[in-house]
This record gives sequence, structure tokens and C-alpha cells, in this order.
Amino acid sequence: MEKLLLLGDEAIAQGAIDAGLSGIFGYPGTPSTEITEYVQGSKEAKEKGIRSAWASNEKTAMEAALGMSYAGKRVMFTCKHVGMNVAADAFMNSAITGVNGGAIFIAADDPSMHSSQNEQDSRFWGYWSMVPVLEPSNQQEAYDMVHYGFELSEKFRLPVILRVTTRLAHSRAGVNIRRNTKKQNEVSIPNDPKQFILLPVNARNNYRSLIAKQDDLLKASEEDGFNQYFDADNKTIGIIACGLSYNYLMENFSKTKCPYPILKVVEYPMPINMVNKLYEQCDSILVLEEGQPLYEGLLKGLLNKGKKIMGRLDGTISRDGELSPALVGKALGLEVKEGLPIPSLVSPRPPKLCDGCPHIDTYKALNDAVASYSKGRVFSDIGCYTLGALPPYNAISTTVDMGASITMAKGASEAGYTPTIAVIGDSTFTHSGMTGLLDCVVDNTPITIVILDNSITAMTGSQKSSATGRIESICEGIGVAKEHIRVITPLKKFHDENVKVFQEEISYQGVSVIIPRRECLVWANKKRKEAKNNQQ
Amino acid sequence: MKIDIILCGVGGMGALSTAAIISQAALDMGMYMKQAETHGMAQRGGDVQSHLRLSDSPIYSDLIPEGECDIILSVEPMEALRYLPFLNKEEGWVITNENPFINIPNYPEKDVVIAEIKKIKNSIVFDADKIARDLGNPKGTNMVVLGAASKYLKIDIEKLEAAIKDIFGKKGEDVVNSNINALRAGREVADRI
Repeated sequence: MEKLLLLGDEAIAQGAIDAGLSGIFGYPGTPSTEITEYVQGSKEAKEKGIRSAWASNEKTAMEAALGMSYAGKRVMFTCKHVGMNVAADAFMNSAITGVNGGAIFIAADDPSMHSSQNEQDSRFWGYWSMVPVLEPSNQQEAYDMVHYGFELSEKFRLPVILRVTTRLAHSRAGVNIRRNTKKQNEVSIPNDPKQFILLPVNARNNYRSLIAKQDDLLKASEEDGFNQYFDADNKTIGIIACGLSYNYLMENFSKTKCPYPILKVVEYPMPINMVNKLYEQCDSILVLEEGQPLYEGLLKGLLNKGKKIMGRLDGTISRDGELSPALVGKALGLEVKEGLPIPSLVSPRPPKLCDGCPHIDTYKALNDAVASYSKGRVFSDIGCYTLGALPPYNAISTTVDMGASITMAKGASEAGYTPTIAVIGDSTFTHSGMTGLLDCVVDNTPITIVILDNSITAMTGSQKSSATGRIESICEGIGVAKEHIRVITPLKKFHDENVKVFQEEISYQGVSVIIPRRECLVWANKKRKEAKNNQQ
Repeated sequence: MKIDIILCGVGGMGALSTAAIISQAALDMGMYMKQAETHGMAQRGGDVQSHLRLSDSPIYSDLIPEGECDIILSVEPMEALRYLPFLNKEEGWVITNENPFINIPNYPEKDVVIAEIKKIKNSIVFDADKIARDLGNPKGTNMVVLGAASKYLKIDIEKLEAAIKDIFGKKGEDVVNSNINALRAGREVADRI
């Protein structure tokens, strides 16, 4: 046994490497990025020939993962919670096809929205699709549950969701590593030639078979040992502690024993018999969920006529945001310690574009170019450039989801609010912007699309962008007229000519693309450092 | 024994690399540890923090409970104040560099910030930048602050020095020595108080 100091994300990656992983597919997104990066940086993974390059988006990644599973290999998919929305078509149908080689889909949620636009709870996907969900409470469990997850996936021939949240993904602890690592599976296609052909006639059969597996999935969840029941004498409250919330609960009892019975849940389907035992024994139930009140709601039911169920829905715990030891302690009526208040002079220090960032020069030129029009014409997207929403730029009016800049600008343009401008990053463009651009070309929409090319996926910490070196040819191939694909260099010294390029293309009554191209400074520094280290 | 530490500063100031050194020293001592970090968007010039928890028994929460932090270790004075709800107000220490990092328009007056820190029962606020500069190691501010905090860390300074050797060893003896010197200079500040 060997003990390594690992982030939750890294424990997942090391677990996968040790459990016979053949490939990992994903698109960067906080807090999931470090899983794939760890595999990319692992010497061991390289020696074992584990494939690990980034995909263009979560949908292409999950489909490739499903293909690798079809070919009999163990495979992992990674994304942040909202990435599951992009992959949803592949995901919901993967529950119907099932898998061949073991497949674990990681969804990394971000309650409190540290680096996200919503706090959707990925456990819903498991409930909806009827596939198992694992929700480890700590780094060691994350490592162990990857081994278990692959076994579970191959036993039931279903994909398994492994859900983590920011605090586990980005927190380090000592993890005991097994070194008797499993060999990769041999290539083999499914025994049933119809398994992956979702014609209605097959899909109906597969769906019935998925429903038929539910009893055994429940049995696994009750009996495989990860979900645990801890009895105690005081039956006034029974506590259901899901995933990470178990830690916050136990933190309140680090010096004394918890007086109430606890059901620790880290595997779903929810172990109903264990829940029933708790319900029968106790006067009331407190449900602790790091995320949305999924099981609290199910336990209450629509009519809420049973015993008292406490949690996020009845106000015992805040309806939004992540949990903490103090929030859980207060929910139990414990006296929790307090520190000092934050002095009123402490000002927020929001994230901002780095000094010298190319986006700064782009926004300055764009702001000057649109100054003569009425407000609210610039539609933006997900990336560092979203920070253009903040002062002093105040340059954008929307940020919704990956790729929505182009398509929302299109819709607004077609509503008659012309001209409209879309601002999208290079990686986001190849993630979900290309099809929107095709819609614009097909409809000859009056629109100007600004593709900020800093040659890297910057916000998540410099991952390779699928767009690098391909943007002009993609735009031309989709049908944008060559003379309306303009490349500019976002530098202060070119400000006036850049403003002119923006003005010319904004006044053009058709689809135009402007590509401000200058390398991300953080990435450039990183490259320089790496080159220096390689020289030594 | 348990030690809960919040390390804080502004993205890019090296506040979080200090965590690696303390963690390494704690691991060498066979302690349990958890360290929660800030990644992603917040790093772009925003406030960053890390919860570092060390104990001789298993640790549950990755986050330090409010009111239980033993040391707030900061490379920027206003940032030290941001985490006061976590501080153990009777026994906890705030140890910080005194020079503001001003990248927002409404940064308060430095004197007011320092006065606020001095209201806390146990605090050390000092010019760690100057000490680092005088040692010819202007990037060593975080090591100086760590040195000052080492007095209250319950970890021997020799253990921290060994961890610095481990972590910076690849970068050569000069880097190791200049960081150790910065650490010792910080410790002297705390010892004089």
C-alpha cells in the first residue's frame, strides 16, 4: 500500500488508471478539469497507452466514450455539471443501450456557483435515466468507488455516474493506493448484436431490461457496503447524510458521538429499505444533500402527510448554496462557534481580465465601434471574456450557455434589432458555435461574429483548443464569404484600425466573422517555463 | 493535536504555494491532512484562499468550521480580514504582510485596514515584502509570512525547512537557501514580539 496526497479529482484519475482504464474523454470545466489533466500528465498512463486528449465538447466526448465501451474497454468521461446538458442526448440513450466495457461518467457539480452559471445537481440524471450514481464523501472513497464503479458497470452492463462537488474535487488528502493494478480489457464487441441499435423495436426491449435491473441495483446499493447505517439512542431525529454532507455532520461530532441514527448514502438508487428502517425508528427525518433537495422532496411526497421531514425545502437549511459544518450544526439545533464579523471596509475583489490580456484590447475596440448604436447588441459566451461584463468594459449583454452568443444574436437580429454582434472564444466556437454559424449562413442573417482566438482554452487553466489553426477554414467551409472573414491583432497600437474593421463588418448586411488573434499571456508564460524546464 | 489554517491572498501572489510546504511537513510528521483550494475563474486577480487542516486524528470536513481557525496566514492585509468569521476569536492568530495589493477602485485606506487588523486579539502585521526584498528574494514574501507563523504552527521550523528542500530541491540550492533564509527572517519577526 502506498499513500499519495491527491485532490479528489486526482484520486478519481489514479483510481481509473489502477482499475484498468483504456481511455478518458472530456471537455474542460471547473471543477472537473484536473481528472483528465492528471491522466494526461501521468507517466504510468502513458506507459499503459491510455488515451486522454480533450474532445471538442461533452457530447462528442461521451459518444466516443460509449464507442470505446462498445469495443469492450473500460472508459471514463468527465465534465462539469452543465456539461451533462451538452452530453444529455448521448447520456439518456446510453442508459437504454447499456455498455459493454465498464463506463464511468463523472459529473462535477459546483454548488454555490464558484465558477458556474447554475447549481444543477447531477444526481437527477441518475434518477431520471435509472442508472446508478456514486457520490463519494471523501478522497479515499472517490478512489475506491472508481474501482467499484467499473465492476458495477460491467456487472449490470450500464453506465455509472460518479458525482463529485467542488469541495471534494479541489481538496487534497492522503489516499491509499492499490498497486495490484488491473489489466486493460481486451477488445471485444457486445454479444448481442442488437444492443446498440436503438430502433424502437430494440429500444423497447432494452428499456424493459433496464427497468428489470432496478431491483438488483437497489440490492447492490443496500448490500455492497458503501451505504451505512449507524444506530444511536436518540430517535427524535434520523439523519440521512448524502455524499459530502456526511463530513460536515461528523465534524459537529468530532469530540462526542452523534446521538441520532445516521444513514450515510454514497450510492444510489437510494437504499429504500435502509431509509424505511430509519423512518420507522425515528420521529422525524433530516435530509442533508449537497445540492438540490432531490431525496428530501421524494421522501416528503407531494402531499407531505407523513412524519416531519427537514432539509432545504422546509427552511431548516438554506435552499441554495453549498453546505458547511455550521449550517449542518444549526440544522440540528447545536450551538455552533462563531468567529469575528467581516469588517465593513472589506471590499469584494471579483476576478478580472489579466493585465495585458488580448480580450482587453478587443473589448476596447469593440466598445468604440458600437458606441454610435443603441445599447444591448453584444451577445457573449462562456470563457474568460465573460469578464468583459464587468467594469470598466461593460461590453456584453448576455452570457447563457456554451455557443449561445451566436444563436442569441441571430434571434435578436431576426427580431429586427440589427445589427447584432456575437463574441465567442476559439474553444467555445468549436465546442458549440459552429452549428449556430451554419444557421446564420443558411439564413444570411445580418450578424457579426467575433471569435476571440487566444489559441488555448484559457479559463480552465490552458487546455489545448480544438480550434487552433482551423478557425478561418472552418468559417469558410461553413460558407462565410472569404472577404468577410477578417483577422485583427488586438493590441493598443492597432486600436484605430481595429475599430474600423469592426465598423465595416458591423455595417455589412450579412454574416461576417472577425478573429482577434493574440496568444493568452498566462499560456505563453506557461509554455516559456515548460520550455525552460525541458532545457535543463 | 489539530491545526486549522487559512492561507489567503490575491490570485497569482503565491499564497497557495505555502500550503504545499506546510502539508509536506505535516505528512512527514505522519499527520492527517486536508487542503481545500480555490481553482478556476476566481483565480483571475480575485481573492483566493485555501483551508488547510492538520490533525493527529482523522479529519472529516474539508472546510474549517467557523470560529475554529487557529491561524489566518495572508500575504495581503485586507484579504486577512475577509476570513475573520472562521477565526477562533480567543486563541487564533492573524499573521499578514502589511502591504495592500490594489487592483480594485474602492480599496480602503491602508492605515484603516491595519488598524482593523490590530483590533484582533492576536495579530502580527508587518512589512514582509521589505524583508524579502532586503534578502534579495522579492518573491519570498510568502516564505517570510510563513516564517512568522511558524512560531504558532506547532510544527518545528526544521520540518518546514526540510519540506522546502523537498519541494524546491529541483530548482537548485540557491532557490532552497533563499527560501529558507526568508523563512528564518520571518521567524525572527515573530520571536521579537
